[in-house]
Amino acid sequence: MQSYIIRRLLYFIPTLILISVISFAIIQAPPGDFVTTLAVQMEARGDQVDEDLINALRARYGLGKPLWQQYLIWIGNILQGDLGVSMAYNQPVSRIIMDRLPWSLLFSFSAFIIVYSIGFPIGFLSAVRQYSILDYVLTFTGFIGLATPNFLLALVLLWVYFEATGQALVGIFSVEYAVASWSFGKFFDLLNHLWIPALIIGTAGTAGLIRIVRANLLDELKKLYVTTARAKGVSEIRLILKYPVRLAINPVISNIGYVLPALISGEVITSIVIGLPTIGPVLLRALQTEDMFLAGSIVLILSVLTLVGTLVSDLLLAVIDPRIRHGV
Amino acid sequence: MSDRAQNSDDSQSQVDDRFVHQVPPQFSAFSSASQWQLIRWRFLKHRVAVIALGVLSLLYVCAMFAEFVAPYNPRSTDPRYTHAPPQRIRIFHSGKLSLPFVYPVVKGRDPQTLATKYSEDVDTPLKLRLFVRGDPYRLWGLIGSNIHLFGVKRERFMLFGGDAAGRDLFSRTICGARLSLTIGLLGVFLALLLGILLGGTSGYFGGTLDLLIQRLIETLRSIPTLPLWLALSVALPDHWSISQRFLAITVVLSIVGWADLAREVRGKFMSLREEDFVRAAELGGASTRRLIFSHMLPSFYSHIIAATTLSVPGMILGETTLSFLGLGLQAPAISWGVLLSDAQHFRVISQTPWFLIPGLFVIITVLAFNFLGDGLRDAADPYAN
Repeated sequence: MQSYIIRRLLYFIPTLILISVISFAIIQAPPGDFVTTLAVQMEARGDQVDEDLINALRARYGLGKPLWQQYLIWIGNILQGDLGVSMAYNQPVSRIIMDRLPWSLLFSFSAFIIVYSIGFPIGFLSAVRQYSILDYVLTFTGFIGLATPNFLLALVLLWVYFEATGQALVGIFSVEYAVASWSFGKFFDLLNHLWIPALIIGTAGTAGLIRIVRANLLDELKKLYVTTARAKGVSEIRLILKYPVRLAINPVISNIGYVLPALISGEVITSIVIGLPTIGPVLLRALQTEDMFLAGSIVLILSVLTLVGTLVSDLLLAVIDPRIRHGV
Repeated sequence: MSDRAQNSDDSQSQVDDRFVHQVPPQFSAFSSASQWQLIRWRFLKHRVAVIALGVLSLLYVCAMFAEFVAPYNPRSTDPRYTHAPPQRIRIFHSGKLSLPFVYPVVKGRDPQTLATKYSEDVDTPLKLRLFVRGDPYRLWGLIGSNIHLFGVKRERFMLFGGDAAGRDLFSRTICGARLSLTIGLLGVFLALLLGILLGGTSGYFGGTLDLLIQRLIETLRSIPTLPLWLALSVALPDHWSISQRFLAITVVLSIVGWADLAREVRGKFMSLREEDFVRAAELGGASTRRLIFSHMLPSFYSHIIAATTLSVPGMILGETTLSFLGLGLQAPAISWGVLLSDAQHFRVISQTPWFLIPGLFVIITVLAFNFLGDGLRDAADPYAN
């Protein structure tokens, strides 16, 4: 177990480095550096361009030095909590991200819960009742969920909600609660605004999970030990829950590593369409205004968080499945 | 001498006849069929996949002959039809059955709210005709013509309604199919090249190279694709032409998309490497190139085709999402994503729901590719039960 954990943690390091290189490449991709852009912007606003400030910023981020040195300086700054300055928001990148990230995590986590609490039982039902009408309906719905782009689903649900209630489901709080302090009313209002986006974000993941659970469980149900247990008179529900489900659950957990990136992507696009105060709209705005420090940092943070999630799921899998921790 | 030869010939054919009679005819066809034939038979049994193949063929043919299938030039605007609702094809005119026709729409104003309102002119039905003459076009830039598959002689017939500039949404959807459908195929093709190259290297040579490529694959698979796609597409210069941008977006999509295919290829290479026939060829002195291209690759072409088909939807959804956000293809390019970007807000949709029709095409295409891929995957290994 220990050697597995250590190996897994060691693998984590090159991946982190690779991701930081990709994020750095994103920051460097557009022509010109951000300090020049900043100077031009200040000039355009009619502000006095402060040469000292410009030079200080240049020195701080090592602009003008070779790329690899800039990269090292950038990494060094990040390790000290300095992610750079956003031009679009005129604020430190770290503050913008800290304001928004908790909401992003809340939405992604809710979506995660929805994926597993809907996907697993449905996949289970669909496998146990294979080729029934229920199976066909569920499988087909799953396919539609897999095939519909998140933004389209978000638009359609917003539209349906608007037609049905006459209210716009935009943002995270209704107008009357937006500036109110926390209360039960505000909490329920939040829940009310939470479940639809979470459902949208989780659709593709849920659909994927249904397919995986169904396929794995069907494979197990065909095996001889199931027939044996049935012949011995074990009750059907006990039989399924005790043996095949336990075996079929492994791929479900290892699937977490691939559900997480999809959830983060889904959160970004859904938040943009619904106008949630999460990191997605900030990323879009940063990219549109070529505010690359902000954009690169967001890509970095989202990727690192996903990686940590994957790591946790791998360790969880090792706890559950002895074959993995002993490297069989 | 010749007699003896004759005799032995006879006895040979007798043996053959006897042998053939013992084997049921369908079984003999099965046992002598080539692998591709077996794959085809197995695929044809998968009805949903066959239907999906039909749907996709239809879509691709429409995309190929888009200018001919579309009744109008997708870029020609008409102020009389801004936000015009879709026209229904009817077959009953004043209670009597007739050939398919439509009623022309007339733009008017609501007397109370003064908002633009469309009404149908039920007195003058427009006959739907095949091969009508209309907007001139050059098919693939080569063949000039003005004949369109269907249309009406006067007024306009807009099956999917009009957009904000009065352009025909049906024509735009059909023309958009061209970019949306090719970006999926081209992107997957690029991803496949990368995947075979890197996955093959990784699986065949193993060792440190394998470890490095494995890390790269795992990293790419574990980062959220959308933010990465968005960031990469921002790096594209603004002044690029439609086709340059199209190619660049394809590259952006495949840079992320190759990882899954590489993983698939690597796994296959790893398992094939242990097979006896590969060992035999190796011992027989076959070069690495010959080993890979004539011995190993042919035995998993079919798996690769299935995996490739299953990764087309991701590319199409990617293009659609990028273009919807305005960071992928951009107007004046026409793709399904670009068309959907007109429907940014749900208030727009509640006024003009037909702006979502291109999204329906996206869903149908993605579904069809998924079903087709599933069918191909089942058929890929015809010797399994």
